[in-house]
Amino acid sequence: MANRAFSIARLPGFSTLAVMVFVMLYLPIGLLVLFSFNAGPSPAIWEGFSLQWYPRAWANEQVKDATLRSLTIASFAAVISTSVAVLAALGTTRRKRSAGQTFVYLMINQPLMVPEIVTAVALLILFGFIKVATGYQGLGYLIIAHSAFCIPFAYLPIRARLEGMDLALETAAADLYATPWQTFRYVTLPLLMPAVIAGLMLAFITSLDDVVISLFVKSAGQDTLPTYMLGQIRRNMTVEVNAISTLLICLTIIMLTAFFLLTRRNE
Amino acid sequence: MTSAAEQAADRKARRAGWLLSAPALFLLIIAASGPLIIILIYSFLEPGKYGNVEWVFSTDAWVGILYSRDIFDGTYKLADAHLSIFWRSVKLSLYTTLFAFVFGFPTAWFIATRSPRMRTALLFLITIPFWTNLLVRTFAINQIIRNEGVLNTFLLWIGVIDDPIQLIYTDFAVFLGMTYVYLPLMVLPLFAAFDRFDMRLLEAGYDLYASRWQVLRKIVFPVVKPGVIAGSILVFIPSMGAFVTPRILGGGRNMMIGNFIDLQFGAGRNWPLGAALSVTLLVIVAVALAVYVRFANRDNGHG
Amino acid sequence: MKKLLSAAALLLASTTFASAEGELQLFNWGDYTNPALLEKFEAETGIKVTLTDYDSNDTALSKVEAGGGGYDLVVPSANYVQIYVEKGLIQQLDLSKLPNHKNIAPEWLDVPWDPGRTFTIPWQWGSVGMAVNSDTYSGDINTSAIFLDPPEELVGKINVAPEMNDVLSLALMYVGGEACTEDTAVLKKARDVLMAAKPKWQSMDYGATPKLASNDMLASVYWNGAVFRARLQNDKVKFGYPREGFPLWMDSVALLSDAKNVDEAYQFLNFIMEPENAGLISAFARYANGISGSDEFMPADMKDAPEILIPAELQSAGHFLPTCSPKALEFYTAIWTELRK
Repeated sequence: MANRAFSIARLPGFSTLAVMVFVMLYLPIGLLVLFSFNAGPSPAIWEGFSLQWYPRAWANEQVKDATLRSLTIASFAAVISTSVAVLAALGTTRRKRSAGQTFVYLMINQPLMVPEIVTAVALLILFGFIKVATGYQGLGYLIIAHSAFCIPFAYLPIRARLEGMDLALETAAADLYATPWQTFRYVTLPLLMPAVIAGLMLAFITSLDDVVISLFVKSAGQDTLPTYMLGQIRRNMTVEVNAISTLLICLTIIMLTAFFLLTRRNE
Repeated sequence: MTSAAEQAADRKARRAGWLLSAPALFLLIIAASGPLIIILIYSFLEPGKYGNVEWVFSTDAWVGILYSRDIFDGTYKLADAHLSIFWRSVKLSLYTTLFAFVFGFPTAWFIATRSPRMRTALLFLITIPFWTNLLVRTFAINQIIRNEGVLNTFLLWIGVIDDPIQLIYTDFAVFLGMTYVYLPLMVLPLFAAFDRFDMRLLEAGYDLYASRWQVLRKIVFPVVKPGVIAGSILVFIPSMGAFVTPRILGGGRNMMIGNFIDLQFGAGRNWPLGAALSVTLLVIVAVALAVYVRFANRDNGHG
Repeated sequence: MKKLLSAAALLLASTTFASAEGELQLFNWGDYTNPALLEKFEAETGIKVTLTDYDSNDTALSKVEAGGGGYDLVVPSANYVQIYVEKGLIQQLDLSKLPNHKNIAPEWLDVPWDPGRTFTIPWQWGSVGMAVNSDTYSGDINTSAIFLDPPEELVGKINVAPEMNDVLSLALMYVGGEACTEDTAVLKKARDVLMAAKPKWQSMDYGATPKLASNDMLASVYWNGAVFRARLQNDKVKFGYPREGFPLWMDSVALLSDAKNVDEAYQFLNFIMEPENAGLISAFARYANGISGSDEFMPADMKDAPEILIPAELQSAGHFLPTCSPKALEFYTAIWTELRK
């Protein structure tokens, strides 16, 4: 069947275009990575292989601070958004459809639909108020904002997994007089774990990626890695930015590979 | 009796559903949906002298989106500066959507018609750029098309051109960057549609002597239309709100709505106008979504 | 999950540790602060300075205005100082805490925007002019015509720094008017000149220094020190002072009213008025500062740099920009929006 479909499904020019698309998708990223190993200071003229830009980037106090800050925010945002996403997924799947459910579903997906710049200016105003009123200017604002827009990314794999899960085990547990909490803790959660970890990782990458909302929400000295890079790209195009970018790409690939393996094993 | 018990159980389940969703809803309301109301309120206030707002009701911001008072003769006329920024955003977003489709359709088809093993691998390859930092990808394009970038250096070196081609800081650069950045958003839903597509339909089509083009247009396209619409919406929405890509590739000379909004909150110091523009952008996005929902539902109705 | 949580907690702890000792939040222009200056300050006082960048006076003002930014010190240009003062965003300085105040050069002490220097401390000053690549263009560099009526060879290679006040003032002076004018005939002329010239520009962006150095752009309306730095990497880059008139500016450090680290801020303000430290500021960004005796601590190549020394015959063309009236500002904004549509 697969073979026959393969032959009749061939459309002229499609394969060529597709291969072109793959090349086009990877060529810019590939060059970016390549030039992070450039011995010279130009991101366009190759002067030999060198690793110098990596230690140089790390020696930069601002880069180090921004990296740690980004990782902190992403860790918190991932844990918070995944926790609430697990609860929301339990609350919205495997039950009769209702208007309330659609509402929750819409709310959860809202960050995917509203342009980031709009949310960003809205948060600028709201957090501005709160900052003045409370005097608190810490990382909390960034963490809350990131947690909110990470929810849909954490929610999707968890919901998918829950919908595919057999109710029999949980019913059995309930029959054995397990409390709802015990059922959740010892039956549902372990079964759900791969999706939870997948959600955590997607949320983590999403948070790490964000530029626009961070740019508007951050207070003094709260540059994240992407907002720092944005400033650098506009001002001082050095190969240092290539090195940081390469590390970010590696982190993304590692997380995605793990995500793929996790979700595939359970299919 | 059973129905009463069922009803009670149903109510209980529903309450549990709300309780479980509450923390997520709370977070979303304080940091995603709720603040949008503030934007709406701000769009009806007067701008402060050097930024922020005066708490005085005014519709100036809304009038100001379309009309502006001519600074020289005092008459009101269509604000062509604003309109041309809107027009650029819509135009570039439509181009981006169109080209993402032109390249995304064959790519998704190609992936969907590979062996399962190959398919997983190719999907993975599409997903990596999708999750890679948007800034990094835009930066990668920047490095290629700059005047002293890889492309111009290469073309100069092989002698095709004598002077660097001016690509960066043009509308074309913004369009190119957005197509590059948002292409995976088109490929993934299209792939999902093709994946569900029954290849036996093709066979039937060819058996009835349909040409390739006819098969594509009459059989494939109608079936995967929801995927096409989903992909188009997924590309169109972020393109309309694009901020980073026009900023890095557009050189600040030609703005898109996102940058124009940013300008109002920064150098323009007209927060109400920025708020009104944000609401306008939201409305455009909502209309696009409504169109999508309509199409999707109509197709469901047929199926 | 538990492990992840504790790892996250650890990370948070490590980032808050840094602020245990004295700290100071400096809000300054990008690419403008010498890291060596901050290191020296930290070594001497134990106060860790965190630097946040902005790219225009308006951005800085709107961020400060929005409130709760957490900044202690900001560095506005002369024509913005009065706005900060009027809005109560910056506080009057207690000069008794600033023994080095006496080091301010006499000509920078009684300045119109801050007589007696009771609100602001000089940081750096300079001019806005034309950077041109002399390989491509060999004509007169001391004219705004380079960007307002560009010669053939520069068309499509010109950058204009997106600073509303500087660009509009240059255009107004080019057509024979003066900055912040409310004369509509002159404003109209300036607008027409700008609109006609815009299609011949490449970009309106900051970050011109590396691009000028790498020949990515061949001319730019830009700041003298930034062009100086480009010239050090590429000696074809020249800086011209438009004879039709060009803006002079001075950026000064001010203490924000809602500053949290006031004592640390005073230490920093006093620190930068030490000639040796003022020299460090100039050594990095390559602008002159307003501190007497700092010359001897500056790099030797600054003493006779054409970007620093304004030629005698062009000195009268330089003007400090006044703070525009709201009406003039409205004209400015309207023209500016039209220009960037």
